[in-house]
Amino acid sequence: MGQGNLLLKMELRSDPAMLSVVRGALTGLTEGLGFSGPECRAVVRAIDEALTNIIRHTYHGRTDRPIEASFRSIRVRHNGAPKAALEIVLEDQGARVDRNKLHGRSLEDVRPGGLGLHFIRQSVDTVEFRHRKGKNRLRLVKFLPVAEPHKSS
Amino acid sequence: MQISVRHVDKITIFDVSGDIDLATSPELRKALLRELKELRMPRVVVNLQAVRYIDSSGVASLVEGLKASRDVGSRFVLCGLNTRVVEVLRLSKLRSIFEVCDNEEQALAP
Repeated sequence: MGQGNLLLKMELRSDPAMLSVVRGALTGLTEGLGFSGPECRAVVRAIDEALTNIIRHTYHGRTDRPIEASFRSIRVRHNGAPKAALEIVLEDQGARVDRNKLHGRSLEDVRPGGLGLHFIRQSVDTVEFRHRKGKNRLRLVKFLPVAEPHKSS
Repeated sequence: MQISVRHVDKITIFDVSGDIDLATSPELRKALLRELKELRMPRVVVNLQAVRYIDSSGVASLVEGLKASRDVGSRFVLCGLNTRVVEVLRLSKLRSIFEVCDNEEQALAP
């Protein structure tokens, strides 16, 4: 399983006004990869929520800080079998994220806020986080839909 | 996101359209809290039919509106929920805490 094929790379500012721009680009990308409507919305939602978390929690609302987003077509092993997937990597140079706080909150607790991480986990197949060389790196993976086999007549 | 506000009798109706996200949800939150906390409107209806996207901060704004309505004894009603909004409310497992009507006519009924 190699690095995969780079599909799209974005260098963004941590400006909430950029979120709608990213969502627009990703809608086209995910549709082109063959995701269904709900799956496209799930991927877009995961990335939007992840970018929102970066802006709010690592850059504390500053709108001029850098965020890099890359999107690759990859193959991963899942339950022993190779599987095609979309890999999304988001990198920022903000405050180091405390991994112990990456657990979201109980949904039984009805209050505003704290839903973003839950939305991310519900929307993609893999969520990985690490901090290295001064950068927070979030990796998300969404399996591509399996093509229906052609029926022979 | 665009918000327009109408008043019918003692009911405030918000028509919200477009995308509710980190950039726009503070405006929605402020508008909701003004009608509920400052003007103490007895019923606030939020029509979400034309919403294309709502994120967790948008849901949080609606939860704040609901909590404010409980604090002041008002009714807080959501209506016109489209597939995208329903999807996100289901994901948040918060749909059941809101009073939801299919359309505005039902939301305005006595």
